Amino acid sequence: MNVESSRLTAVIVDDEELARAILRELLKKHPEIEVLGECANGFEAVKMVTERKPDLLFLDIQMPKLDGFEVLELIGADVAVIFATAYDQHALRAFEVHAVDYLLKPVAPERFEAALERAKQRIGQPASPPVTQLAAAIREPGQFAERIVVKDGARVHIIPVAKLDYVEAQDDYVALAAQGKKYLKQQTISSIESVLDPKTFLRIHRSYLVNLERVSKVEPYGKDSHVAILNDGARLPVSRSGYARLRAVLDGQSA
Amino acid sequence: MHPILGNLRRLSLYLLGWIPLTAILFYLLTLSGGLKWTHALAMAVPLCLLYAFMCLSAFYSCRSMPLEGTSFSRLALTHLVTAIILSAIWVLQARGLTIALASFAAFRGIDREFPPNHPLLFASGMLIYLLAVALHYVLLSMERSRELERREMQARVLARDSELKALKAQVNPHFLFNSLNSISALTSIDAGRARDMCIQLADFLRKTLGMGEKTVIPLREELDLVRSFLAVEKVRFGARLSVGEKVASEALDCAVPPLLLQPLVENAVAHGISNLTEGGWIKLEILWRDREGNAVQDLADRVNGSSDLFIQVANNFDPEAPRRRGAGVGLVNVRQRLVTRYGDRASFSAQAENNQFRVSITIPAEKMEVVKMEGVK
Repeated sequence: MNVESSRLTAVIVDDEELARAILRELLKKHPEIEVLGECANGFEAVKMVTERKPDLLFLDIQMPKLDGFEVLELIGADVAVIFATAYDQHALRAFEVHAVDYLLKPVAPERFEAALERAKQRIGQPASPPVTQLAAAIREPGQFAERIVVKDGARVHIIPVAKLDYVEAQDDYVALAAQGKKYLKQQTISSIESVLDPKTFLRIHRSYLVNLERVSKVEPYGKDSHVAILNDGARLPVSRSGYARLRAVLDGQSA
Repeated sequence: MHPILGNLRRLSLYLLGWIPLTAILFYLLTLSGGLKWTHALAMAVPLCLLYAFMCLSAFYSCRSMPLEGTSFSRLALTHLVTAIILSAIWVLQARGLTIALASFAAFRGIDREFPPNHPLLFASGMLIYLLAVALHYVLLSMERSRELERREMQARVLARDSELKALKAQVNPHFLFNSLNSISALTSIDAGRARDMCIQLADFLRKTLGMGEKTVIPLREELDLVRSFLAVEKVRFGARLSVGEKVASEALDCAVPPLLLQPLVENAVAHGISNLTEGGWIKLEILWRDREGNAVQDLADRVNGSSDLFIQVANNFDPEAPRRRGAGVGLVNVRQRLVTRYGDRASFSAQAENNQFRVSITIPAEKMEVVKMEGVK
């Protein structure tokens, strides 16, 4: 496919009007790129990307509602992302692995052209980076997620980790149970486990990760296994190794 | 911690000091006491060793009664009574020792020969104990002056530290690069505004240069800095940023540490406005308060130096916004600098309530001229 001749669509996301203006201006020299729209925050960005499926996304990092990383996590890997940031050394490391390219503000036109060129080459190829790992990659050691973002159609739910009761693996998805509701997210249970504080969340079963603060009791179930009963009455299976881990934590607390 | 017992070198020196005392006692016992030299030696050595340790107890009464703040009569009475008691115990010990020694053939008769020396022993016991008291007072004051020196050094290190932090806090790279990006965007949209913003940014940078080196600046200068900072941010955020100010005008001449307000306002922008799609507000308030926290109305009261400056920076924020890296570093920095400069005469509090964030600071209202004078001294 000859990308040069075909039209490309793009969306610009930045909370500052002037920052959007300069990208818009730089894109004017490229009639082959159609700007579908501009967004001033993460929610709008997720909505627009989901509904209009652009090829290219210019994404600021620090934004209201959802930051750039959370947006990237939610929209999947079908869109080529070029990050734009003023100064964030830590984030730069993450770009090197996960983004098509990144631009430093103030944006230099030559640098912009180079990024655009890279993006054009990337579009049309199957996207590679496992985006769901991103959250773990940019987290500093010892720091855990404070919230989890979930996309439901074009809507975005933000689940504070403290409100999360348990996580259940379902094929390629995980179901996040919080306050009586379940939210589906395309992610593996292990990658969720890696961003949650192990002091609070414990893997009690191959398919279950539980918030220890919600467990009201653990009862034997069948010959070899147990069941954990949560405060809201939910019953979760506990595997043999899960039970050993649970015992270790609970004994450690009482000691 | 005992200044002598807790230090092996000092304990050795102290015991070394007891050798001449032992020699004197031995000499007195042989010469005027009429004891055989073997007997005198057998008494003097163990008795002095015992008493050396008993005298160390002077530390406790010395510590509980510092020379300043205790009346002379009380000092004299306590130490004299202790001296009498300890000397009496010493005499009793001597008596016990003579009885024990008398059972050996070599020391037969010592229990009859020694008692005439009891008054001598008692008197030297008193004297030695009082000497020990004096020694402990000297040691205690040495220790105290060393402690003071250490604390002063620590305060100086802290002050240097906070100076460095103030220097670092001057220009936030985020702010600088985003502003430059805005200017870059404006050049083709509105060249006049681009030039204005260049000037505003230069203005801010110029004011901030060299500020960290000063210990205090007039509040007027700090407020100017805050205003230039907000002027630049106003271009970036446009209508999203609204600012309210309520400043008691006489307060402008007061002395404040540099970069006291600017980090608070910057914090309000970074964690408030920039997370709000619809925009937000910042309110800056500087008022007079008396020591009880009431508003001061009378101008005379304000200037006579008995009132405090109450400074508050409030802003609205989105409690559900993603947390940003470095949140709160600026606040911690300001708080530390306040503690270093004012100790417990300043207060600092940061509260998040519903969707409002508020930082309140109270510092003593000091006139610029007064602070400068003190600096010269």
